[in-house]
Amino acid sequence: MPSYVIDEKCDGCKGQDRTACMYICPNDLMILDAEAMKAYNQEPEFCWECYSCVKICPQQAMDVRGYADFVPMGASVVPLRGSEDIMWTVKFRNGTIKRFKFPIRTTEEGMAVPDGGFPEGPGDLNDENLWTEPTSGGFDTLPTK
Amino acid sequence: MEAFETVELSTDLLIVGGGMAACGAAWEASYWAKKNNLSVLMVDKAAVDRSGAVAMGLSAINTYIGAGKGENSCEDFVSYVQNDQMGTVREDLVYDIARHVDSSVHLFEKWGLPIWKDAEGNYQRAGRWQIMINGESYKVIVAEAAKNELGVDNIIERLFIVKLMTDANDPSRIAGAAGFSVRENKVYFIKAKAICCMCGGAVHIFRPRSVGEGLGRTWYPPWNAGSNYAMMAQVGAELAQMESRFIPTRFKDGYGPVGAWFLFFKASATNAFDEEYIHNLDILKPWAPYDAAKPVPTPLRNHQMMIESMEGRGPVSIRTERAIAALAEKYQDDPKAYKKKMKELEAEAWEDFLDMTISQALVWAGQNIFPEEKKSEMMAAEPYFIGSHASHAGMWVSGPADLAPPEWNWGYNRMTTIKGLFTAGDGVACSAHKFSSGSHAEGRIAGKAAIKFLVENPGDVNFDASQFEAVKAEILKPLKTFEEGKGYTVTDDITPNYIRPKMFLFRLNKIMDEYAGGTSSWYTTNKPMLERALEELRMLYEDSKFLGANGLHELMRAWENYHRLWTSEAHVRHLMFREETRYPGYYYRADFKEVLDQENWHVFTISKWDPATREWSIRKEPVQNWLGL
Repeated sequence: MPSYVIDEKCDGCKGQDRTACMYICPNDLMILDAEAMKAYNQEPEFCWECYSCVKICPQQAMDVRGYADFVPMGASVVPLRGSEDIMWTVKFRNGTIKRFKFPIRTTEEGMAVPDGGFPEGPGDLNDENLWTEPTSGGFDTLPTK
Repeated sequence: MEAFETVELSTDLLIVGGGMAACGAAWEASYWAKKNNLSVLMVDKAAVDRSGAVAMGLSAINTYIGAGKGENSCEDFVSYVQNDQMGTVREDLVYDIARHVDSSVHLFEKWGLPIWKDAEGNYQRAGRWQIMINGESYKVIVAEAAKNELGVDNIIERLFIVKLMTDANDPSRIAGAAGFSVRENKVYFIKAKAICCMCGGAVHIFRPRSVGEGLGRTWYPPWNAGSNYAMMAQVGAELAQMESRFIPTRFKDGYGPVGAWFLFFKASATNAFDEEYIHNLDILKPWAPYDAAKPVPTPLRNHQMMIESMEGRGPVSIRTERAIAALAEKYQDDPKAYKKKMKELEAEAWEDFLDMTISQALVWAGQNIFPEEKKSEMMAAEPYFIGSHASHAGMWVSGPADLAPPEWNWGYNRMTTIKGLFTAGDGVACSAHKFSSGSHAEGRIAGKAAIKFLVENPGDVNFDASQFEAVKAEILKPLKTFEEGKGYTVTDDITPNYIRPKMFLFRLNKIMDEYAGGTSSWYTTNKPMLERALEELRMLYEDSKFLGANGLHELMRAWENYHRLWTSEAHVRHLMFREETRYPGYYYRADFKEVLDQENWHVFTISKWDPATREWSIRKEPVQNWLGL
């Protein structure tokens, strides 16, 4: 199935009222089996393979197997997401392994400053400048016709 | 059936949605709301950090004008978009995006989005309007800024709004919304004097090309259910250009992006006989003058590619191997530099997928495709509704005061024809090529305008509580239908008593595919086919009363698919109304083959469903080229 939970690694997020994967899945696919204390993908055929669940799992208990109806078996793509960058391990069907590392953000998690350091504009509901304009647009004056 | 609590909330501005447009609106509206003592509440059916189309990330920002740096002018952008969309965009709306979008991009960078830089330290362009980013956390960063500005106490997640409600004294005025929690047994009624409805586009209207597990591998995300079009149409807001669907031509099956390959890596595409079909310009002549536009409009590029497949000269491929060879060629006398360049190109090629379509990386890994060795197949996908991309369906909205002609400005920018109801991003018609940054910018535009509306229209709204019980019953009905009907059969999936949301969806997808120009007919339809589609959709609409859901997750699916049904009907009506083939490569009217009728059809098509009469009507609105382009 597209995203799946590795049985021996999942601890149901220690029985808190929601699991991390359940919290984040944009399509509401992840659900906790409270009896087994394991999460599972309840509708894998509507999984976009966005990897949000894989990236957020605190136990790295989730992975993705490419759609069975068109991806040959034996490949995997595994992320390791840090606070500034992400590392990807790509395993090919023929056994080749490639690793890539890309930046993901330049500021500390949680610390996005809403106005971005740009000054407020005229603050007039009746003109066309939005909050931090015209400066944030790189203009002295907002273009018009 | 278990009891559901009714939760009643009240706010000045309600933002429905949590994607790029909604985050732009939340961020901007919060600033103005604080200045004016107004409240803002945002509700997302998912979690804002990863909701919407940018969940996975993106590898490029496709709309950055660079106007302040003199890189491009807003006028040039308008001209580009107008030509690309075959003459049916609103120049006032597109210019407005052009002057506000760079702000969004500069803000993203300050918030923490890494943007590739060239040797001079400027944003690295892929094409004229596009810049490259390290965008895995793009949505997380944009959501964070919105959350930090609005405050998490003003955001409710896992709350699916399914219905908008108008003022009991004035059906042309919005008064609130209703929905349910996807986690707890709660139905919500939220009174709001203004609403920003920004729920994305529509996916799974048509049967997709992959139908097993691969159902989930649509190009745009499967959680886009057409809720914008459905909810706003149901309260009588006008829709425009609902015929304008988008057919992305992408790497086959995985639907990975091709933009960087064509623009940045300068790859070519060939048919099965190694012919570069983009040179077939004669076949575009029926669509003059747009055939002469540079670059060639997206529908026409699609048409060139589709003709190859339709006439049996496929498969079509992107020549990744040639592009990489060409880029590395100048280093080939220096083995060390060559190896370094190849590694760099490889990392860029893989990042392109890993930042936004990880499935394509899985396809390459599973098929042992090394782009420097082997070409990759390209395919035209199933149709999508996405007003932010190279198509422009959505709601008909008021434009900016300084740019819109008087007939297109009824007081508040991005307000629909229902007072107090605003939209942005995929929800706005006739304003294409926004992509992620432009959608965010449009959210900001609408967010400010909504606060202006509230300040100038301070009177209360009549959010009629006497309706609540009936609306609650309507919302929960699929649960009741399932409960009451399930006992008849041993297994609860096949029964005459109800239809489960998945089967309802498959029936809708088959109707649309076979009659309304899906992949099985290579996007071809005609009037008799569209009339059949309406007959079938009418019966499906009747059967929607028998939707049965076994829990909250399926209840969400039931309502999403009901929204899809509304989207489908609007689409079919518009396809039927426009008597020409203006957008080959998106759809073909076989009964108006190769007809571009500028005399009669250089217009916007505008429709409306009247809640009083329960009837659809549709009209023409002439396009205005006010920029004199």
